[in-house]
Amino acid sequence: MADITIRAVRKSYGKTATLHGIDLAFASGEFVVILGPSGCGKSTLLRMIAGLEDITGGEIEINGRVVNALEPRERGCAMVFQNYALYPHMTVADNIGYALKVAGVPKAERRTRIAETARIVGLGDYLERKPAALSGGQRQRVAMARAIIREPGVFLFDEPLSNLDATLRVTMRAEIRKLHQRLSATSVFVTHDQVEAMTLADKLVVMNKGHVEQVGQPLDIYHRPASTFVASFIGAPPMNLIDCSIDATDAVARHEHLAIPVPAAISAALGGRAVTLGIRPEECRVLPVGQGLPARVDFVEELGSGRIVHVAFGSRIFAAAIPADIRVVPGDLIGLALPEAQLHVFHRETGKRIDVTHSTGRLGRHQGQDAAPQAAEAV
Amino acid sequence: MDKRAVFRSWWLPTAFALPQLALIALFFYWPAVAVVRWAFTLEPPFGGSAEFVGLANFREVFADPLYWNSVLVSLTFALAGTLSTIFIGLVLALAVDRQLPGSGAVRFLYILPYAIAGPAAGMAFRFILSPERGLMASVNAVLPDFWNPAKYGSHALILVIVVFAWKWAGYTFIFLLAGLQSVPKSLTEAAAMDGSGPIRRAIDIQIPLLAPTLFFLTVIMMTEGFVGPDTYGIVARTTDGGPNHGTDVMVYRIVEEAFRGLNYSGASAQSIVLIGLIMIFTFIQFRFIERRVHYK
Repeated sequence: MADITIRAVRKSYGKTATLHGIDLAFASGEFVVILGPSGCGKSTLLRMIAGLEDITGGEIEINGRVVNALEPRERGCAMVFQNYALYPHMTVADNIGYALKVAGVPKAERRTRIAETARIVGLGDYLERKPAALSGGQRQRVAMARAIIREPGVFLFDEPLSNLDATLRVTMRAEIRKLHQRLSATSVFVTHDQVEAMTLADKLVVMNKGHVEQVGQPLDIYHRPASTFVASFIGAPPMNLIDCSIDATDAVARHEHLAIPVPAAISAALGGRAVTLGIRPEECRVLPVGQGLPARVDFVEELGSGRIVHVAFGSRIFAAAIPADIRVVPGDLIGLALPEAQLHVFHRETGKRIDVTHSTGRLGRHQGQDAAPQAAEAV
Repeated sequence: MDKRAVFRSWWLPTAFALPQLALIALFFYWPAVAVVRWAFTLEPPFGGSAEFVGLANFREVFADPLYWNSVLVSLTFALAGTLSTIFIGLVLALAVDRQLPGSGAVRFLYILPYAIAGPAAGMAFRFILSPERGLMASVNAVLPDFWNPAKYGSHALILVIVVFAWKWAGYTFIFLLAGLQSVPKSLTEAAAMDGSGPIRRAIDIQIPLLAPTLFFLTVIMMTEGFVGPDTYGIVARTTDGGPNHGTDVMVYRIVEEAFRGLNYSGASAQSIVLIGLIMIFTFIQFRFIERRVHYK
């Protein structure tokens, strides 16, 4: 059990800066997922917590102790690597028990603890095998057992599921979650997979280009993305975004010849402003031609439980999730309804979310952590 | 790879291979056959017809205590040379692999001695470690005769082993560094997370994974120590096989017997025994060590 505080942490390689001042706080026992596209600095941040990368600037504190100058072994973290990093010349038992051996734990105690840990991850029968004789999922379990046996305060996971096939990934995801409930150690899990992120996280951190874009509970982030980046990164298919200008007199947002109805509060607060409107594909509704806004079906993706239609909407392609009983074919003219209450409004230049309080029409900024400074840079 | 281009005629590929075949025949098979023939005949030193003597040459060689001395010296030289080159190369490679500042420059420096001819290095070390003027002279001033390779065979043997190690450590270093760089970085990182320090990591993780490279280098360095041209060159330039046959390695003895003693037959018999020894060593190494090497 340990809490982690990250203060103004920066990382640069030579002159290239990869992390530009990260501030985060993880409570003890929390399951934190850091989500971002490749190259956003999420793995670097994790490795800095682990002590495998030097910290260029700022401070990392684990359990109230600044760890900047500490060796990895002194930080009380255990890590599961993306490629598992099992020692190929050692048996499963030796792999799991290596940390204890280094720590000088007597052989008898070591053996019982290895057996106990192997049982937790379901590897009891494989202790004498070499990693090469194991399947991908079993190797993953060895890697987890190796981390568990040290009873660490902090678990670090560096994209541990990305080398597994889709079915196994779902199983291991559930097991990691169960394991966390059982051990309740603080866990930091880095991934680029939004499904992993949504399902595992108590707290979700979305990163982009070395900045934190948004921190929050997964559902909050899904329902109130702090920027167009978060909006388009989370959700499959991603949120539809369209550049509009809000009409000052009518409650509509104009995009070319289209007039998208918006809540009166928005037009009152933002009249005349250039914004980006967003709406999730799940919220778009498809109507018969003549109703709603005109759109033409571009192509259809079958999902079995429903289908995704991609429609040409003005100069944009919008995705809309529709139930299986609505049949459309490419080329069909349809009507598209965008429920006003589900519209998200973003600043056109900075991409930051704009919240309009419906009752008063008062303009407010979303309270995203350290949102303002990096927005200017990202645009 | 199932489609192969095949020559239609037999003479064209033969013509392409001919220069290489001629070279091998001239400089390898012909001398080898000549050595075998000489080993079983008595070759007159100043020409004339040779007489078949069966195994008499071998009996004479095995009866000579100086021959057995040279076998012992060669064994000591090859074993000590192999162990010290691999050990030094390994320590240097582990240090350079940590990629501390300046490791690029020292990597170059460590490889450099390999580019120097063994005899030249031997000449240099004769002066560097000369008992009267060299590095050890000040020790000798306090403890007379503490170091005197001109007087004691054991000191002279240490001297040639030092020269051999100095030159060949750069060679093992290249291979070991390449081997270390192919050990996935995440393994040493995982070991670091498991609480293991740099030296413990080297012993527990890196060296076991270097086993194939270490095995390869053992075979190569043992062969080099026994029959390598450098071994002859170093001994000839540094100690001349002396003092009192203290550094009389087998290759040196063979060349001396053949070209100074003009005993072609005896030298040929010794060559054949040497080749046999090398084959036995290599066989033992492959038979008993290779199977313990992890290639995965």
